[in-house]
Amino acid sequence: MENEIEFKHVNKSFYSLKGETNVLKDINFIVKKGEIVAIIGPSGCGKSTILNLISGLTIPDDGKVITNKKVGYMFQKDNLFDWKNVYKNITLGMEIKKLKVDEKRIDELLTKYGLIDFKYHYPKELSGGMRQRVALLRTLVLDPDILLLDEPFSSLDYQTKITVQDDIYKIIKETKKTTILVTHDITEAIAIADTVIVLSKRPSSIKKIYQIDLELNEEKTPLKARNSIKFKDYFNLIYKELDIHE
Amino acid sequence: MNKNLTNQEKYVKDYKRKRLLIHLCQIGLVILFIGTWELFSSVGILDEFLFSKPSAIVKLLIQYIKSKEIFHHVGISLLETLLGLVIGTSLGIIIAILLWFSKTLTKILDPFLVVLNALPKTALAPILIIFAGTGIKGIVVVAISLSLVMTIISALNFFLHVDEDKLKMLKSFKASRIQILTKLVLPSNTKNLLSIIKINIGMSWVGVIVGEFLVSRFGIGYLVVYGGQVFKLDLVMMGVFVLAILAYLMYLIVTLFEKYYKNKR
Ligand SMILES: Nc1ncnc2c1ncn2[C@@H]1O[C@H](COP(=O)(O)OP(=O)(O)O)[C@@H](O)[C@H]1O
Ligand SMILES: [Mg+2]
Repeated sequence: MENEIEFKHVNKSFYSLKGETNVLKDINFIVKKGEIVAIIGPSGCGKSTILNLISGLTIPDDGKVITNKKVGYMFQKDNLFDWKNVYKNITLGMEIKKLKVDEKRIDELLTKYGLIDFKYHYPKELSGGMRQRVALLRTLVLDPDILLLDEPFSSLDYQTKITVQDDIYKIIKETKKTTILVTHDITEAIAIADTVIVLSKRPSSIKKIYQIDLELNEEKTPLKARNSIKFKDYFNLIYKELDIHE
Repeated sequence: MNKNLTNQEKYVKDYKRKRLLIHLCQIGLVILFIGTWELFSSVGILDEFLFSKPSAIVKLLIQYIKSKEIFHHVGISLLETLLGLVIGTSLGIIIAILLWFSKTLTKILDPFLVVLNALPKTALAPILIIFAGTGIKGIVVVAISLSLVMTIISALNFFLHVDEDKLKMLKSFKASRIQILTKLVLPSNTKNLLSIIKINIGMSWVGVIVGEFLVSRFGIGYLVVYGGQVFKLDLVMMGVFVLAILAYLMYLIVTLFEKYYKNKR
């Protein structure tokens, strides 16, 4: 299968008057088309930096980040503009890129994701889960090939989190997007991803890459994944890997 | 009959009663204040020559209204204040926007802005009037000088403290600097800009009155200073009274605008 993203010997540091912060050290990995990859690691280890490198918001000091696909970025905070209604929020990216907005298509998407009745509502009037779906739609309407999700579920309460994870997983699968999910929640990584990349503490390098195979008889969903027998095994493996040098 | 009220209705009724009570107290205070003043002046506890009295002030005001003279003074002061307010605020915001575009320029100008801001601007008024002329122009320049620097500093501060995550989101859409300004920085600060306008109304009035004290032949500041010079305290008090009403009305207009803007959301 086609490679969509490739990191080759990537190093990245940040500089300030106080000194250098070594963040990424010799990072190498490949993401294939349609694959869902979770990146997990202690906080401050450089997970967001990896996404910034893929999206071109920052450039590496050494090495190469190869991707020539359209990238959509979704953040932990929904970042909705509370002075714009749902429709205007969703079309913000198109407005910025000066693209023509196909309102019928947006309406279809709104209907599909249960937001059509809220088209002209303002973010303040929406629940946390709905806001997150609006944020996802804002990214999806630009039709990216690659989705970057930076801890998108971590601000939701547990109950909402589980449903939104299922919703978003369905959307990713349906649209066959290559996805990189950054998280610090091991269960989330196993439940959603095909591949889990575990990072070490800063300066981070890749400690281990796991291919997740839960041996499910039916199609995978995050909820079903959590009930599989192998789930616990993967959890323990990754837990130990993360914990080892703490 | 009260038994039929729901809790919601009770709440509303209670709320309205309290609001009415507050309004009544406010009106009561005004009446008490004016009444005492009038009474004390009439019986001689207060020296009428120094303190004037409400009935004399009203009489004088009516006289000024009948002769239409008051409209001339109010018109000129209002024009000067509005010019000062509009020019001072918009110029300040425009400069803040330019500084927002260049961090280096901001750093270069920072100490000068701080010094200018700390300076009591009214001390500069005589010089400004000599530079800009003794007519309306000079007075408007004084009014501008009072609001300009503060507007630049606080607007820039608001602009620089825009939400980092929203900024990153726009950058991920490859937004240009101008798009970031028009789509995020300005709309997220509408409320803050309105509060700057509110503060500048007061500043602009101070500038206009100080300017009129110094040079003018017209305007409310002139009335007040003239009244003081000829010891006509009725005139001074009347000027202050008209001034209070005008400033309040301008403030009210901005508040209404604020409410309209809030409801539109
Ligand atoms: N723009 C930046 N300037 C300076 N330091 C940064 C910048 N971005 C990130 N860092 C530093 O790099 C490290 C990794 O950050 P980040 O990628 O956000 O971590 P994570 O997402 O894994 O929590 C942190 O120590 C952070 O302080
Ligand atoms: Mg992060």
